Amino acid sequence: MAEFVMPTLGADMTAGTLLGWMKKPGDSVKRGEIIAEVDTDKGVIEVEVFANGIIEKLLVAPGAEVPVGTVLAIISEEEKAIAAERPALTAPPIAPTPSKLPALIVPPVPTPSTGPAAPRIRVSPAARKLAAELGIELATVTGTGSGGRIQREDVERAAATKATTIAAPEQAERIARMRRTIGAAMSRSKREIPHYYLSTTIDMNRAMSWLAKENLNRPIADRFLYGVLLIKAVALALHEVPELNSIWQGDTPVPCSEINVGVAISLRQGGLVAPALRNVDKQSLDNLMKSLRDLVKRARTGSLRSSELSDSTITITSLGELGVETVYGIIYAPQVALVGFGKVVERPWSVGGQIVSRPTLMATLSADHRVSDGHRGGLFLSAIDRLLQEPGSL
Amino acid sequence: MTKEERARPAMTKEEIRAAVLRILGDIAPEADLSRLKPDVSFRDQLDIDSMDFLNFVIALDEELHLAIPEADYARLSSLDSIVEFLSSVKPG
Repeated sequence: MAEFVMPTLGADMTAGTLLGWMKKPGDSVKRGEIIAEVDTDKGVIEVEVFANGIIEKLLVAPGAEVPVGTVLAIISEEEKAIAAERPALTAPPIAPTPSKLPALIVPPVPTPSTGPAAPRIRVSPAARKLAAELGIELATVTGTGSGGRIQREDVERAAATKATTIAAPEQAERIARMRRTIGAAMSRSKREIPHYYLSTTIDMNRAMSWLAKENLNRPIADRFLYGVLLIKAVALALHEVPELNSIWQGDTPVPCSEINVGVAISLRQGGLVAPALRNVDKQSLDNLMKSLRDLVKRARTGSLRSSELSDSTITITSLGELGVETVYGIIYAPQVALVGFGKVVERPWSVGGQIVSRPTLMATLSADHRVSDGHRGGLFLSAIDRLLQEPGSL
Repeated sequence: MTKEERARPAMTKEEIRAAVLRILGDIAPEADLSRLKPDVSFRDQLDIDSMDFLNFVIALDEELHLAIPEADYARLSSLDSIVEFLSSVKPG
C-alpha cells in the first residue's frame, strides 16, 4: 500500500490545490505516470506517481487546497520495491510527514459506480486551469491540439465566444502569491545558509567560435544556444567537486547520486521557476538542448511536472540576456550551491603577452559554507572554465 | 521533404506580417500584439529571450520555409525590419 501525497515542489511550497484527477479508483498506474494536476504558487503542475499499482481510493476532491504531505490517494502496490520517492537522493525524502501537519477535514471523493467511464477529455494543464478560472465547461470546448487535446488557446476562443473576460485580479493575485513564496524561500535561505561568493572571468572565445561553426551546419531546429554549453560544463565540473551536488537535510549534507540541474526560467508575467534537467552529466548536448527548449516552453505555458520541480540538486541562473555582467545568487534550499552567469562581453584580454579583444563571461558561485569552502569552490569554477575551453568534448 | 514540397508561393508583405504576428502570439500568448510598436525591437517589447527567439526562427522555418542563418539574426529586430528582410529572402 502506498500513499500518494501532495508533493513538495521545493522548500518554499507549503500547500497546493488539487485541480483534477487523471485516474479513478480501480485504474492501474505506472511509476512516472501523471495522475493529478495541482495548482501551486509555481503554476499548474502535473503530478507523477512514484509507484506501480492500482488506485484504491481518492481522498481529496478537486478544488481542495491542502498542505504539502497530505495524502491525496491510496495506491495498492503491485511491486513493493519501487516506492522510493526521490531516486536522486541516497537519503529518505525531505517532504514533511503528514502526521506533523494540522489535521484536515477534506470531503471524500465519491467513488464512481462501476459503469463504463465517460470518455476522458484530453486537456493541457494550462487549459484546464484557465477553463476553471473562466468558468468554461471543458466538455463544450473543441480541442485543436494533437489528438484533439484542448489547448489554452481553445479555451480562450471558447471564452471569447461566451464574451467572458479573463479576471485580471486573479492574475495579479497569482503573481503576488508567487512573489510572497519567493520572498519566504529566499529570506529563509539567507537566514539559514552561510553563503560565500566567488567569481571568475572565463574566456569564451573557443566556446563561441565552436558554437558559431557548429550551428552553421545544423538545421535550425537543432541549433545550440551557448547556455547549453554552460549547463553541461557545470554538471561535469561537479564530478570534480561533488560535495556541491548535495542536499542539506537536518544538520548534514547528503550527496546526490544524480546531477539534476535546476535552470532558473523567468516567467513573463512575473516571478520565476527553476525546473530540473535530469542527469545532465550523462546527456549529449543535442539531448540537453531539446530538453531545455521543452522545459522553457512548458515553464512558460504552465505544464511542468512535479518531479521537475523537486529533483534539482544545483541551480543555474543566467541573467546575461538583460545585460547583467555578474550574478550574486541566493542558494535555493535545500541545495548547497548556485551558479550564476552574466552576459558574454567583449573585453580586452591578455593572450601570450598580447592584448586582444575576447568574448568573456563572468561565472559566479554562491555556496553553502557548511558544506564547502572557498578553496573547493575555486576548484569548481576553475573546472567550469577549463571545460569550456574544450567545447567539442562537452 | 523535397524542395517542391517545401516551396510556397511568394507571400505579400501583409501576409508575412500576419504570419509573424501569429508566430509571436504563440510564443508570447500573454502579449497584447495590437500594442506592438512596429519600428522598435520586438524582443525588448515582448521580453523575448534567446530561447523564445530560437523558437521564433524555428517557426519561421517550419511555417514559412524561410531558413534564417545565425548571421542574419540581427536583421530580425523590429516588426517592420523583419517583414522587410523576410520579403527579400527566398523560401528554400
